[in-house]
Amino acid sequence: MVGFLIRRIGQSIIVLFFVTVFTLFLVHLFPGGPIRALLGPRATPFQLAYYNNLYGFNQPFYVQYIKWVGQLLQGNLGYSPKLNLTVAAEISQDLPKTIVLVLLGLIVSLLFGIPLGVYQAVRRNSFGDYILTGVSFLGYSTPTFFVGLLLVDWFAVDTHVFPAFAPQSNSVGSILADPRALVLPVISYAFVLYALWSRYMRSSVMDNLVQDFVRTARAKGASERRVVWVHVFRNSLVSIVTLLGLTLPSLVAGAIFIEVVFNYPGMGLAFYQGALNVDYETLLGFTILATVATILGNLIADVGYAILDPRVRY
Amino acid sequence: MADTVTTLSATDLGLESPAKPRGMFRRAWEVFAENRLALAGLSFVVFILLFCFVGPLIYKTNQVNTDLSTYLCRPSGAHLLGCDDLGYDELGRLMVGGQTSIEVGLAAAVVSVLFGTLYGAIAGFAGGWVDSLMMRVVDAGLALPSIMVIIILSVILHPSPPVMIFVIAVFYWFGVARLIRGETLSLRTREYVQAVRVIGGVPLRSVVRHVLPNAVGTIIVQATFAVADSILTLSGLGFLGLGIQAPATDWGSMLSSGLQYIQGGNYWWLIYPPGIAIILTCIAFNFIGDALRDAFETRLQKR
Repeated sequence: MVGFLIRRIGQSIIVLFFVTVFTLFLVHLFPGGPIRALLGPRATPFQLAYYNNLYGFNQPFYVQYIKWVGQLLQGNLGYSPKLNLTVAAEISQDLPKTIVLVLLGLIVSLLFGIPLGVYQAVRRNSFGDYILTGVSFLGYSTPTFFVGLLLVDWFAVDTHVFPAFAPQSNSVGSILADPRALVLPVISYAFVLYALWSRYMRSSVMDNLVQDFVRTARAKGASERRVVWVHVFRNSLVSIVTLLGLTLPSLVAGAIFIEVVFNYPGMGLAFYQGALNVDYETLLGFTILATVATILGNLIADVGYAILDPRVRY
Repeated sequence: MADTVTTLSATDLGLESPAKPRGMFRRAWEVFAENRLALAGLSFVVFILLFCFVGPLIYKTNQVNTDLSTYLCRPSGAHLLGCDDLGYDELGRLMVGGQTSIEVGLAAAVVSVLFGTLYGAIAGFAGGWVDSLMMRVVDAGLALPSIMVIIILSVILHPSPPVMIFVIAVFYWFGVARLIRGETLSLRTREYVQAVRVIGGVPLRSVVRHVLPNAVGTIIVQATFAVADSILTLSGLGFLGLGIQAPATDWGSMLSSGLQYIQGGNYWWLIYPPGIAIILTCIAFNFIGDALRDAFETRLQKR
């Protein structure tokens, strides 16, 4: 177990190394370098040289890398000159709002996706299964932003039932204070996620239904309801929780489209504006945070598995 | 007595299967053809290919020069689906945009799946520290939030169709590589692959002649899903204004320009045609991919 832990952490460190080298390299890909991107096309050679020197971009790549990682380890994610904010301040301002959106979308999608996925697996090839399969395929195949766009068209422009824009506010409290404005963003996000969970749940329950422990439970006279909800459902739930842990950071990144459609003031919108303004420090900081969160999530999930599942031995 | 002996053919002795053995593709096609959704998907793909690539030869429109006299005109006999904000005929635009969407989608899928397959097969076959190192690169790629890096790359590089293919494929191959590597690991221990080594075949021969053909089902299924995913990613970039630039267009960019008029009145022809085209094309490819997975999954076959 200790050996496994050491090896697994070692792997994560190698992955972290690759990821950081790649993201720093990305910054140098901006046409004319990051400082040109920052100062714009009218900057004089003197200004470019001055700021390149100031920011250390005239140093060898490995020196820049070591300095940058040193700063990251101290929790310094960078500073956005365009916003006159540290990236950490940006994140602490925007991340809670994104988490609200992602969590609400997750809860709604799980509330529908899990029970309906179980229903589909138990009644597979029934009429209801076909209809719900159609709905999931629709969720898979519809661009996230298009869902949001249609909802705005139907419920905000045509009928004025809900506002077209998310609450514009800096604090989480005031965003939650306007629940009507949250309805459309949450529904569009949940619709796309619903497809994921229901499909996953359906195949997971179907896999579990043919397992030996189900046959044993039936042989012992357990009712069909007990078989499904106690034996099968619990097993499938474990795997969906793992999936949830692994995909959480990418779910946060996936909220970008919803945030842009509804002008929801979260991390996704800030990232998009950073991209349009070529605010490379914001882009770099946000990307590295999401990546590190993913790597840590994977690590924790793997180690948790090794501890919790007695069949996993390393 | 002698007669009976001679009539015992190789078939009776079980040395030869009675019927001509059906190849993997033949069997797969039989399973595939039984799936009505898959056939519907395939028909739609054929239809949309004809629509996008043959359609412009029949329904001729000017997709290069803007025409302000037809600014946002309603659908009529002259313009079956109306015009957009630059006066382009919307139906003709749907065809031209579809060409880009489908070309980029297909190319990105082929590039990423080919590269991912080769990479995964090499890693899985090499084993040891080479495999370890190669897989850490894949882990790193999968840990990066693809949509964020794709957005950054689109800002850095000037978006043209080849660039879009590269940007999308760069982030799709990691998943394929991991999958094929797993497949290779299980295949390399099979007797017929080990036999190659015994008779002195080089590792490349094992990979190309034995491992890859046996993983071909997985590869094709992945490629099909990759087409749908790539079309979606491209449309997302188009929506953010980071995709194909005018006068060229794709379905996502068309949606993006239609979005500007969503508040201003009922310009349904700017939004529904490209949106529905994206959805139906992706559903079609997903249907095909699902059916192919069943078709190549020999476990599920009761034949």
